[in-house]
Formats: sequence, C-alpha cells, structure tokens
Amino acid sequence: MAIKSKSGAKSLIESLEKCGVEYIFGYPGGAAMPIFDALYDSKLKLILVRHEQGATHMADGYARATGKPGIVLVTSGPGATNTVTGILTAQMDSIPLIVICGQTISPMLGKDAFQEADVFGITAPTVKHSYLVKEANDVPRIVKESFHIATTGRPGAVVIDMPKDISSAPCETTFEEATMDLPGYTENPSYDLSQIPTMAKLIQASHKPLLLIGHGAIISNASDDVLKLAELLNAPVVTTKLGKGVIPETHPLALGMLGMHGTVVANRAVAGCDLIFSIGSRWDDRITPADISKFCPGATKLHIDIDPAEINKIVMPDCSVVSDAKIAINALIPHLKPLKSSDWLTYLNKERKKHPLSYKIHGGLKAQQVIDELWIQTNGDALVTTDVGQHQMWAAQFYRNNRSNGWISSGGAGTMGYGVPSAIGAQLGCPNDIVISINGDGGFQMMMCELATAFIHKLPIKFVIIDNKYLGMVRQWQQLFFDDRLSGVDLEGSPDFIKLADAFGIKGIRIKRPADVKKKIKEALDYNDGPVVIHAEVVKQDNVFPMIPAGGAASDMLIERPKKKMEKPKGST
Amino acid sequence: MNNDKLHTISLFVANKPGVLLRVTIVFARRGFNIESLVVSSAFDGRYSRMTITAKGNNNDLEQIVKQLGKLVDVIESKENFDTSALERELALIKINVSIKKRQELLQIVDHFKAKTIDLTDDSIIIEVSGGSEKVSAFIDLMAPYDVIELVRSGKMVMQRGSESEVINGR
Repeated sequence: MAIKSKSGAKSLIESLEKCGVEYIFGYPGGAAMPIFDALYDSKLKLILVRHEQGATHMADGYARATGKPGIVLVTSGPGATNTVTGILTAQMDSIPLIVICGQTISPMLGKDAFQEADVFGITAPTVKHSYLVKEANDVPRIVKESFHIATTGRPGAVVIDMPKDISSAPCETTFEEATMDLPGYTENPSYDLSQIPTMAKLIQASHKPLLLIGHGAIISNASDDVLKLAELLNAPVVTTKLGKGVIPETHPLALGMLGMHGTVVANRAVAGCDLIFSIGSRWDDRITPADISKFCPGATKLHIDIDPAEINKIVMPDCSVVSDAKIAINALIPHLKPLKSSDWLTYLNKERKKHPLSYKIHGGLKAQQVIDELWIQTNGDALVTTDVGQHQMWAAQFYRNNRSNGWISSGGAGTMGYGVPSAIGAQLGCPNDIVISINGDGGFQMMMCELATAFIHKLPIKFVIIDNKYLGMVRQWQQLFFDDRLSGVDLEGSPDFIKLADAFGIKGIRIKRPADVKKKIKEALDYNDGPVVIHAEVVKQDNVFPMIPAGGAASDMLIERPKKKMEKPKGST
Repeated sequence: MNNDKLHTISLFVANKPGVLLRVTIVFARRGFNIESLVVSSAFDGRYSRMTITAKGNNNDLEQIVKQLGKLVDVIESKENFDTSALERELALIKINVSIKKRQELLQIVDHFKAKTIDLTDDSIIIEVSGGSEKVSAFIDLMAPYDVIELVRSGKMVMQRGSESEVINGR
C-alpha cells in the first residue's frame, strides 16, 4: 500500500512549523491558494494584512523586536511585486526576512500568464538569496536553507518563488531528512582574529578614543560586551541610527547618535578623536563625508564587521577584523587596559552641557516635546518604531532607548510607510511590551490601511502622528538649499485623523497645546484595550537641528538654522 | 577615466539557474561593462567556472570580487593576476578575400600558427588561439582585409602547476 504523500504546500507549512515559526504575515491570491489551503490545518497564526507591503514591514518589525526571522506569504504578480519595498528595507538593514510568493504553474512561466511576474528576476538585486522551486521534493531543503541563510552571518532577505503546480504536487521528502546543500555559503565568513593583538596595540596608544557602534553589534547580541569594552577603556560611545540602544542612551559614556542629525557632542567627538573604532557599522553616507579624507582626519581607524565586503568599502581602516562583533570584542578585551582619556571625557562633557538637545515649550506644540514626554513616561523602555522624515530624527534624538531591540526604524532604505506596520509586527512579537509607533503625516498615510490589522488583533499600539501638514524633511532641504522654493511638500487637506481612527474603531486622542502633552500621553499609555491614535498637531515650520549637510564633515555641522544662504549639498541625497 | 585597467575575475559557482543573473547584477549595479565572459560547466557538472574580464579601478574591483564572493551560489571568487595564471582565448574571423590576395593572408595565418577552417573561392574563416594579446595582434593585422565577421571566445584562465581551484566532493 502506497503511503499517502503530502503536497508541496503542506510540506512548506510543516517545514515552517518545524523552524519554530509563530506568525505568517500574508495576503492570498490565486497562485498562493494551495498554500493558504495548507494553512487551514496548521497551528501557524496567519496575520491577514491589508497590503503586501504592510506584511513585509510587519514581518520586519517582528524580526527586529524578537531576533527571529519574519515570514511573509503572498500571491504571484502584483502580490509579489508589492513586497519589493519591504524586501529592500529588510536587506539594507540586515533583517532576517523570508518572503514566500505564489507563482503561476511551471509550464506557464515566461508566457505572460495571468498574474505572472518574474519575481526571481525582480528581487534578485535586493535579496541575500532566492529560490524558484522546481520540484516539490526540494521544499523541505529549501525552507531549511532559507532559514539558515536569512538568520546567520550578516542576516538578510530570502525569497521563495513557489509555482502553483509545485505546491499541489506530492512531496515525498521530510524536513528532518533534508540536508542543506550550500557549498558557497559559510555563516561565519572567515573569522580571522589574527589582527586582534595589533588592534589592541593601536587602541592602547589612544588618548581620545571613540567607539562607533552600529546595528551589527545589536544583531550579534553584543550589548553587554560593548558596555564592558567602553567601561574598561573609558571610551565614549557614539551610535549609528540603527545602533541606538546598544548601550542605554542615558549612560555617561553614551554620546548619542552621530552623523547628519546626530548630537553636537557626538559629532564633536568624531571631529576630535584620535581613534575611531567601528563595530558593526558600515560607515554609511549619513555619518561620513563625501570626501572621506575629511572623516576623522588624523585618527586611527579600526573596523570590525562580519561582512568582508564592508572592509575597505568606504573607509580604509588601519586595522580590521572580519568577525561577529561579540566574538571579536571578547577576543580583544583580555589585551586591553584602561586608557588615559579623562581630559577627552571632560572636554566632551563640557560640549554636551554647552549644546544639549533642546526645544522651546512656548510658541505652539513641538514634536520634540511629544517624543520627550513619551520617553519620560515610558522610561526609555518601550519599543519605538518610526517612519521616515523629521519625526524620525526627532525620535532618534529624544527617545533615549534603554534596550537594544527598542529602536525599530528603516535605516538604509529610508522607507516611508514603515512606521505603522512595523509596530504591528513588533507588538505581536513582544505582546507584553509597550509599542509606540511614531509617524509623520506623510508616511502614516502610506500604510494607514494596516490600522485595520492592528484593530482586529486588539494590539495596544500607540500610533503617534506628528502632523505638521508638510513633508517636513524635504521642505527643510528646500528651505536651506533650494532658496525656499517649496515644491511638492504641502500636505494640507489630509483626512481628520481622529475621525479616521474612529472609522477603524480605534480610539483617537488629539494634542494641540503644549500644556496638554503630559496628560494626553498618559491617557494614551493607560489605554490598553486596543490601538490608540495620538494626533499631535505640531507647529508647521520647525526643522531638525543639529544638521550636517549631506556629504559634509562633522566640522561642517549646523547647530541651528544658518543666517546665510547655503550651497546645495554634494553628498548622496 | 579610461586609464582603468582590465581585470580578470575567476569564479567557481554552483551550476544552477539564475547564477549568471546574480553575478552580472553585481557589475550592472555599478554601471560596469563586462568586456568578456566565459561560462562552462566544470568537470563534474555540479559546478561551473566563470571567467570575466571587466575594466575598472582597483578599489571598485576589490569590492566587486568581495561582493561576488558573498553570493550564496558562488564558491570562490578571485581576481587573477597575469603572472600567476595561464590565459587562452580563441577567435574566429571570416574574411572576404579573392584568390589573388589569399596567399599573403595565409602567410600571416601561418606566422601566428593560426588555422584555416573554411575556404571558398571568395572567403576564408581563420581560427586563432593564444593569449589575448596575441589574438588581438592577429586581429589588428586583419584590418586591411575585408573582415565580415569576428567572434572571440573571451578569456579562459587556469592556474599553473598542480594547484587546483576545483572543489571535489562538496
């Protein structure tokens, strides 16, 4: 008697279960129907979204909050192409994301079938790896490999394109027996710690050290190790935007975020250090000048990264180690003694006192006050997701994260529409934490359809809209560099966000006056029966400072709005 | 700008659909033009060897080689430097030539140890192989003739000595 075999779709779902998947973020369609059918009998929880882009950002937010890969399931053609922005967002920020797409039946591939798109080709430039499944028997192996590739080394996005005839065909293989066949992939790409003693010697010669910590340290779970290193050396720490919270941002050695909208003291430290030591950062163009010779001139440069292709890409370090951050830091620590950095720390503390991040409470409601109050009332312990723009920079400045998974923001891709759905994924992954989603009025409207998803699952997310009725970041640039010629930035005429929330069945709280901020934020934080929309009508004309014009060096920093006309920046955007 | 050197990159890759796409994207993303590309199955069929030549500055090429190495289907990625490897290329050249002028052409063919592989009353096809410089020199000498078709194989590279890049049993 023949054993009844299961379908490729069933095998896919079972393999996902065996990989420990909890949630699938998805949206169905014709080519994905066998897979959705297999979900019917599964204990996997499907989160039915309102737009496939939302599904990808939810999975991404879930991954950043939990450290586990996020799973997306969509149909072919437009369903799949709607995930491209989310795939780019995850891949740019090294987030483990697995996107499974239905596809037309194999015999119709390349024949312009209904809802056919070359998803393998479209996504190829922006994935860590991808599969077009050609045999149902390959499914368990492909799932096993996808998890391995997405989550190890430098994490990233994996796409599995699954033709409908394959998901319907019998699969005779099992997940347990499937063996990975990845001769070209090593999760620990040539860890080479041979340079550690040299690196230690260069560190010991420094009196003005600076640790530059990026997302790689967070991915590596190296928070405690970074703190140990900083305290051992008496070395101050600046973080990239995605490194926020790697050590508590209120720690005396934490100088905050560096770069374009970083703190004054962080950028003073970059300009004045004699040693800059990057751990898990890729010297992104938001933190380095276009003319790289102006970056920390004269300072010794050290670089630890798990990705060998990041070494020598932007900065030519004096010494580099290709390694996981945690492993490298722990190899380094036994070679190190405290540095004589007290003069340097005294100077930096003076700068910090002289130029604190600040805002004025009078003269209308300020975004900064709203974010500051959120920080005060949650003690820096909330998971904060953001969209992209001015509010994101204010959130980065004023929400001082205490925890390394507490900052969920699109860094490399700068994806508008990220703030709302990423919060949904984060809240599902961390149901007992406070999740605050900080958005501008622009990005909020890109993915506000997902409020329905938050409502259905009664997720107590605090959706904040910092509403200045402008695309403020672009307007800021037009004011500073384009002679105040405002073009395409006026967002007057957006819906009444409180009525909109009401239409979704969601509680709305409006803040208009600085005096109400404390009370209204408390009201929002105390409400936990479902989502809440906090509509903060802030002053229209405020801009983000400090600012280093794109391509500029730390010494070009503007602490406040310049009096004279500025030249157009030369850097990348 | 065009002081850029010609680089030869040697890849050992899984013999799977889509690998060539992934490799060429790494070049195309930077606006790099691939000058020549040779792909063929390595001896056991599971892997392929790619030899790619492209022009660019050293830093960009270093990044490209590293980014190629990161591709999951790429087992080895390295730049070949002229001193360490043997290079060969093959070209076929079709020339319209009258019987009267044929003899002098055949002398050049002979001098380069090239071969005539097709001959009619008014045309000839020549096969020439060797290092890329030799092949180029031969093609330059054909300029005065009525060349109607030219095809070059692109550069193939192999390490000297007993060293092998082919990975067995993986």
